[in-house]
Parts: sequence; structure tokens; C-alpha cells
Amino acid sequence: MSAQNEAGRQETVAPTASATAPSVPAIELRGISKAFGPVQANKDIAISVAKGSIHGIIGENGAGKSTLMSILYGFYKADSGQILINGKEVQIADSQAAIAAGIGMVFQHFKLVENFTVLENVILGAEDGGLLKPSLAKARKLLKQLSDEYELSVDPDALIEELSVGHQQRVEILKALYRQADILILDEPTGVLTPAEADHLFRILEGLKEQGKTIIMITHKLREIMEITDTVSVMRRGEMTATVKTSETSPEELAELMVGRKVLLHVDKKPATPGAPVVQIENLRVIDEQKVERLKGVSFEVRAGEIVGIAGVAGNGQTELLEVLGGYQNGTGKVVMNSQEIDLSGKHSNGQTRRARGIAHVPEDRHDEGLILEFQAWENMVFGYHHAPEYQKNALLMDNAGIKAMTQSSMDKFDVRPPNPKLEAKSFSGGNQQKIVLAREIERNPDLLLVGQPTRGVDIGAIEFIHQQIVALRDQGKAILLVSVELDEILSLSDRIIVMFDGQIMGERIPAETNEGELGLMMAGITDTKHETAGADQ
Amino acid sequence: MDYLTIIQILDSSVRLATPLLLTCLAGLFSERAGVVDIGLEGKLLIAAFLSGAAAAVTGSIWIGLLAGVAGSLAFSMIHGLASITFKGDQLISGVALNFLAAGLTVVVGQSWFQLGGRTPSLSGDGRFAPWNLPFSDAMAKIPVIGPAYDELISGHTALTYLALLAVPLSWWVLYRSRFGLRLRAVGENPSAVDTAGISVVRLRYAALVIAGVLCGLAGTYLASLAAGFVKDMSAGRGYIALAALIFAKWRPWYALWATLLFGLLEAIGNRYQSIALGDIVIPVQFMQALPYILTVIILAGFVGKAIPPRASGQSYVKER
Repeated sequence: MSAQNEAGRQETVAPTASATAPSVPAIELRGISKAFGPVQANKDIAISVAKGSIHGIIGENGAGKSTLMSILYGFYKADSGQILINGKEVQIADSQAAIAAGIGMVFQHFKLVENFTVLENVILGAEDGGLLKPSLAKARKLLKQLSDEYELSVDPDALIEELSVGHQQRVEILKALYRQADILILDEPTGVLTPAEADHLFRILEGLKEQGKTIIMITHKLREIMEITDTVSVMRRGEMTATVKTSETSPEELAELMVGRKVLLHVDKKPATPGAPVVQIENLRVIDEQKVERLKGVSFEVRAGEIVGIAGVAGNGQTELLEVLGGYQNGTGKVVMNSQEIDLSGKHSNGQTRRARGIAHVPEDRHDEGLILEFQAWENMVFGYHHAPEYQKNALLMDNAGIKAMTQSSMDKFDVRPPNPKLEAKSFSGGNQQKIVLAREIERNPDLLLVGQPTRGVDIGAIEFIHQQIVALRDQGKAILLVSVELDEILSLSDRIIVMFDGQIMGERIPAETNEGELGLMMAGITDTKHETAGADQ
Repeated sequence: MDYLTIIQILDSSVRLATPLLLTCLAGLFSERAGVVDIGLEGKLLIAAFLSGAAAAVTGSIWIGLLAGVAGSLAFSMIHGLASITFKGDQLISGVALNFLAAGLTVVVGQSWFQLGGRTPSLSGDGRFAPWNLPFSDAMAKIPVIGPAYDELISGHTALTYLALLAVPLSWWVLYRSRFGLRLRAVGENPSAVDTAGISVVRLRYAALVIAGVLCGLAGTYLASLAAGFVKDMSAGRGYIALAALIFAKWRPWYALWATLLFGLLEAIGNRYQSIALGDIVIPVQFMQALPYILTVIILAGFVGKAIPPRASGQSYVKER
């Protein structure tokens, strides 16, 4: 936990990385502890971040990263410990105090008012005086200045809901800068961004760093840590297990520090041996309730024994594709499953008939569609299949004891922790919830498995397991359609990759013959991948 | 239908729209801050009762006004305590207040005045006097403009003018002031306000204070108009105001037009007890039900899409 000495003072124009003069760290935590009841969320945390550097904090879900950040931003009060900003101890009782101490926070879920303009969002809470006019004029001027200085251009008069997520994030950064934050904390900043947008964000962060701002980035993506940070701290089970210079570590080492054991970062799988087509999709279209065409004539097939990965930025039709195949969205076109056509609308088009045809579905949103959080694990384990004869005791009653026993064995097989069928679904961690859904769908031995965002909000250790299960199903000769916004996941899991943009298929690639850059451009709707320069802003 | 009749109906519309407008604006402030206020009805009723009672006892409607506002404000604060501080369900808290007001006014009224739940009739200073604007008598003789000025524009009570003034004022506060920006923000995304370092709780209470005062004015107006409190005299106006609020898409100027429309329907219903259309006679009950029918139509969503403030109805719980 040595203090970093590489930053210069803030007044100097550009701190050089080689400067060796010792300086006070921009932010230093000493012995921060916080418990929620019996759970020790943060245990004796200490970090010291040098001025003008980018510090990464990495850790699994529940490792205590968010708690730590909440303490820094005044949402929680630490049970013990000190926070020092520029060498001076500060008390951060609320967000106001954090802002006053020069801390700016960019949350994972943006804290923006959707139907306010950019300017209104920027000044909210930092107005000068009771009238809006002077504040708005001042903010407009400052925003212009900031957008010239860094690559932070946004239309000040646009409504937030009209902006892309990348631009919304810029507004969050602008908000912090408008409040004259010197320390910028970003929580999972790239979770919702396209690769091009993420690169743009990193350029912004580099620019801010050059101006002497200190940046703390929380993420679970090892690649980003390696790419942008100067130093990195690893958290595990509420403790800071290590702080290292990024240049002196490797993704493998970081993963091991996070999980506490060796982790395979790449999916270990044999080459696919695709068989006959299981599902053939022709000219599939979906028009939603707002009369917007979400799927604009999509055609492809998934064969037995292969994983087809759909890459794309969220909201480009992948969700609708899963929904229409899963049977809870109407569509038009032709879908042939095991050489029999499927009804895409009408009373024979629903989840029940789809399951009867051998289509299982792990939905994108396990909280809303995959599980009923208030119900117990054993109840969740049969949803959708609760009509199956083996779950009935007689004509009236279900065989609850049998279902519980089945759940118990599935939980053991899928390593669900804790393996307690009577626990409510909401009491499991994200990874274990996902394993419950996966167990339910895979155990019914489907011909086609639809999987949406299988590892969203799931720990590295559980990701490994879930990926292995999906590959195992493929090796049994099943067809798998995978939708994910995580390019890493698509690249490592798929046998074929289809890129979607604006409800259409932009192209198909073989994982070994493509890379993130090319896919990223296709995801942004740029077909001519020879022009590598475009795509940062559209 | 001659010109004078039209003027009289319009004049009556304005009179009847006044309590609706004040109540609607009360709901507007409350809901814009994210607190659903189904308890408008109860506040209206308690204010009408207390103002009627106080005015009857003291002989001054102005003291009645103070009592009415105080009562409505107290109800508003109970609503705040239940739904903001203790994060209870806003609908339930509001409905409970409506029941409380309906029962309390009659019981207390009976034991106080022994008039079957009524308050004694108000007269003289016990009611608001109409304000005759300058030159109204002289202007009355001018054809066309004269009666319009004398009947329609002049001769209302102070509260009517106040209600009309409250429209641009509300607009200005909501869209031009720091307070308004924060108030609107807290109804849309309280966590944005919270992370900006502003107290969500304080803002929502502030909105409820405004709502309480406005409802107090509206209730007092009712008591003054009817010359005393009568059991259940709010007659669903709190709910109609809510419907008008949806119709108005939570905007002050639209609220004015929406409540004037309701006022107009009520005025027509009052004036034309029955209308004969050829052989068919439309019964009086139908005419009087007009505002309520419109309410149903509006709530059924025949007015296009009305998007409420996004966080309305949700108590704010800080997340991790």
C-alpha cells in the first residue's frame, strides 16, 4: 500500500509520469470499516491514490466496492476509519459534503432527470441563486469550454432521453466537472457502452488525468483495468487484498486475486461439430406496441451442436428476437423448428407451446422474466414446466415433495449456493439466481436453448461455471442461441457470431477470424469495416 | 340562448372552477414532487368545515380562512409523515385522510353546533364579499363589453382572483425558479436530486405545504360560496381536480383550461335542469352528472397520453 509518487502538484500544467517529488495523495482512506448487521461489507480498507492518476478498483459482486464508494459519496457513514482529501481529514456526512470535498461520482445507473435538458441536469443542485436564468447561461458557457477542452461535446439543449447512453454518461461527467470535482469516481462506466464509446470515454479520462484530475474507476472488466489504469486495487469479501501497479500485473493475476483461486479467463471448448439445422428463421419481423419496427426482416439458422452468438449494443432488436422466439412477443415471418413451422402470433404462440416444441429460454432479465423473486427456489425451479405430468401428485395437487427433491439435486448439480430449495429467489446472489434459471431450462433437455445475457451481474467464478454448462449442452448436440452485450463473452463462447444493428443483421463472422474492433464497428452500424477511423461518434 | 345568458353561464363557470383550480394546482405541486395526493378531497372537506365553523363562531371569513388553511395543512403534514417520512403507501395514506375528513367533519360539527353536521349559516363578513373592479357600474352600460366586464370579469371574490393569479405564478415558480427545477426533478428522479446533495424529504414536504395551503383556500372558498359547511360538501371535487390534473398533463396553464371546462359543465348542468332535443328530454340527473361523466372519460384515457411525473407514487428509499 505504498503511496504513489508519480503525480505533480495540481497547479503545475501537466504532471509528468516520471516526476519523483513526493506529493500528498489526492485521496487517502485509512482503516475504513463498515458492517451491515453481521455482514462486514468493508474491513479495514486502506488506499492512497496519487493526484493525476487513474486508479482502478476491481472485485466481484458483493466484494464491497459499492459500499466503499457509497461511503466516499456520503450515502453511508463508515463505522470507523478516516478519509483524507489532499492530506486533510474530511467528514463526509452526505452527498453535499462529498461535492464540497471535490468528489464527483458517475454512477452505474445515471442519476439524470430524463425529461430535463442537459443544462438543467448540469445545474440541478448547483444553481447560483433562486432564479434559473443566470445559472443556465453560466452553465452553457462552461459546458462549451469543457467540451472544447476534453472530448465532451453534448448538445446543451437536448433532453436526456433523446441522448445515447454514451452521451448521457458525458452529462454525468460534465455535472461533476461543473461542481469543480477534482476526484472523479466512475462505477462500472463501460457496462452500457459500445466499444467505440468506451474508447471515447477512455480518451476523456486520459484528458482529465492530464489536467491533474484524479480518477477512480470501479469495474469488473479486467481488460479495462489493464488498458487505462495506473494502479489497481483488488477487493475480495470486504477486504482490500492487493494494490499493485497496473504495469506490473496481468489479467490472470488480478482474476486470481479477485476470486481467491485460479480462474480460466477463456472458455475451454472443443471445435464445434454442427449437425442439421434445428431452427431456421426467415424474414422475421417484429413491430412493437408503439408501431416501431424492432426486427426488420432477420434470417439465419442455428444448427445442432453449435452456439450462435448475437452481438450488438442493447436495444438493437436482440431482446425482441429472444422474445418472439420465446413466445411472448408477436412477429411475422417464418420460423421452422425441427422442420415444422412455428406460429408466431395467435393463441398458439406462447411460452407454453414453445417449450412443448423443445425451445428453452433463459431470459435476459432474470429478475423480471426468469424468476419470481419472492417465491422460493423450488417453486422457481418448475415455472413454465409446472404442468408437466411428473410434477403432479394427482388430478388436483402438485407433487411438492418431489419437486423439492428434484430442486435439491439440480442445485447440487449446478452448484447453486446455498443449496437450499426453500430459500426465496431474491436471497441468492446474481450468479446463483442465474444458475437456478439455467438449471431449470437445461434440465428439461431442450433442442434449442435461447440465452440472453447469461452472465450479466454475475461473478467471475460463476461466469466460468455458466459458460461451461452452455458449452456442455452444445457438446450434447443441442442448438444454442446466445445474446449478449459483452463482446468478450460472444467472442469466447460462440461458434458463429451474428452482429445486429437497428433490427437488422449487419453480418456474420467466425470468432477466430474477427476481433473486437471489427465487431464494434459493425455494432455501431458501420458496414464498411475498412474505414477504421470512424465510429467514435455517430 | 342570448348573449347575457352566455355571459352568466361563463360567470358561473368561473365561480365553480375556482375551487377546482386551486385544488388542481395543489395536486400539481404535490404530484410534481412525486407525492400522489388522492387526499385532496379530504383536505378540501376539512378546510371547508374548519373555515365554516371558525367563520360562524367569529363572524369573520378571514379567520375562517386561517382555520381552513391550518386544517388542510395539518392533513397535508399527516400525509407527509405517513408517505415521506415513514415511506408508507401514498394512496392508502390519502384515502385514509379522505375517510377521516368525511367522518370527522360531521361528528365534530354535530357535537359542536347540533345542526346535523352543518355549521350555522354564514352571512355578512362571514362570507367573502365580491370585488367590484373599478368602473364596473359605469362599464355595465356599454353594450357587449359592458356586461362581460361587469358580470364575468368583475364581481368575483378575492379567492377567485387569487386562484387565477396562482396559474402564472405556479408556472413561473415551476419553470423559472431554482425551487421549481428541484421540485420537478424530485418528482422525476429523486435519486438524481439526492446525489446532487439536495434533501428529497425537505423538497417533498415543501410541495405538501404548498398543496395544503392551496387546498385550504379552496375549502374555505366552498364554505363561503355555500354560506356554511354542509356534510360532504366537497362532493368529489378533490377527485375531479385530480382528473383535471391528468387532463392538464400536470401543467399550470392546462390546469386552468381543464378546470374551467369542468366549471362550465357544472354551470350548464345547474342552469339547464332539462334540455329537450326534439322529442327526447335529457333528464336533469344527466346534466348534473356531466362533470363526473367527463371525469370518467378523461381517466379512461380518451384524452391522449398523459405521462405522470415518473417518480410519482413512489416513496424514496436511498439505494446503496
